[in-house]
Amino acid sequence: MNFIQYILQNRGQVLELTLEHLWLVGVSTLLATVMGVPMGIAIAHRRGLDKPVLAGANIIQTIPSLALFGFLLPVPWLGARADRLAILALTLYALLPVIRNTYTGIRGVDPAVVEAGRGMGLTESQLLFQVELPLAVSVILSGVRVAIVISVGLATIAAAIGAGGLGEFIFRGLAMVNNQLILAGAIPAALLALSADVGVGWLERRLRPR
Amino acid sequence: MLDEVPAIQFRDVAYSVRGVPVISGLNLRVRRGETLVLLGRSGSGKTTALKLVNRLLTPSAGEVRVNGVANGQDVVRLRRGIGYVIQEVGLFPHFSVERNIGLVPRIEGWPEAKIRARVAELLRAVGLEAKITSRYPHELSGGQRQRVGVARALAADPAILLMDEPFGALDPLTRDELQREFLSLQQRLHKTVVFVTHDLREALRLGTRIALMEAGRLVSVLSPEEFLRSTEPWVLAYVRAFGEGPQSSAIRGSL
Repeated sequence: MNFIQYILQNRGQVLELTLEHLWLVGVSTLLATVMGVPMGIAIAHRRGLDKPVLAGANIIQTIPSLALFGFLLPVPWLGARADRLAILALTLYALLPVIRNTYTGIRGVDPAVVEAGRGMGLTESQLLFQVELPLAVSVILSGVRVAIVISVGLATIAAAIGAGGLGEFIFRGLAMVNNQLILAGAIPAALLALSADVGVGWLERRLRPR
Repeated sequence: MLDEVPAIQFRDVAYSVRGVPVISGLNLRVRRGETLVLLGRSGSGKTTALKLVNRLLTPSAGEVRVNGVANGQDVVRLRRGIGYVIQEVGLFPHFSVERNIGLVPRIEGWPEAKIRARVAELLRAVGLEAKITSRYPHELSGGQRQRVGVARALAADPAILLMDEPFGALDPLTRDELQREFLSLQQRLHKTVVFVTHDLREALRLGTRIALMEAGRLVSVLSPEEFLRSTEPWVLAYVRAFGEGPQSSAIRGSL
């Protein structure tokens, strides 16, 4: 278990890279949620919009991440700082699970409940905030959870373009054929993904409607 | 004698979905304080007619007037003035009984104390114990849920009540109980009620008048007594389908 020794000896750097990693994942997930939830609501309400938007988000998902990072590198403002670029790419990847789960969650609300609410004189925004979103919240959160777990993994690749994060250890370890170094990046990343999964999962159960 | 303004009036109303007519040529007046039953089989257009009243559906032709005014303006206002009860579902599953009943008063901005008093009053009126206020719909029996649904529709004291097969999913005993309570409640409150059902016995028991619908058209509007004596083919068919003529003890008993 040499890599534990290595982590302990370099705990300053491990902490720094973990924080960088968290920053990349946190900001991109936040952006994806802020954009994805309204998009999911919009396509759940407007028939005809759902197929193209979901297809678009799906297509983004199929672009290999290393290629997407490479594509975005020459873009003027973005390419100037690697972390900007990494955050944009991670946001794009995180969009699909957030949009899709918001869409599924809202569409899954019993239409009779929505109609009863409308029939009693709730406005469309009261219906959204008091009925649809509360009833869909656990499905939406499970989309956010998937997005976070994907992002934690993908963010390791961002180190290839110099955006930092735990991927630094992994790439360095690969170059030096040093397994301890690889594990020093991979294990904390896995722990991050796991704890995010457990944490959001807990929130999801707390907020689930009875 | 001046003809009073009907509570609800359908004027040459038609409703179609993608060119297929669901309702056509509907002319009907609902008098203030009466219980008008819309009777008909599945697909006859009775639920559609009901939803045209609170503008959940928009007529393709003609107009629906509520208290003498065409109902196309300000639908939110219109709906808050009309109680709406639907079969079994429709209670908000994530709201307690108290919040479900207090829904319209709350969005209308009533003070909390007044809402609480109103909820307690309504629970008594529909025969529920005060202790269930903090329960959630899934913790209630079917009969209790339906009572909460009626209480919720009555919350802001609307003059008009629309009921779409409210007792349809209940067992016969509970249904009988709720029908009896509906009658005694209606004797005190004198709401204008439009009640949709396919159950002839329920129609005869609760209705002051029965409007029989068939294939999107109004066949006739009759009092329960007239309904049983009518020789209109569709009325006869309906009465016969229930296996009972005017002589039937079950029907006479319910009158």
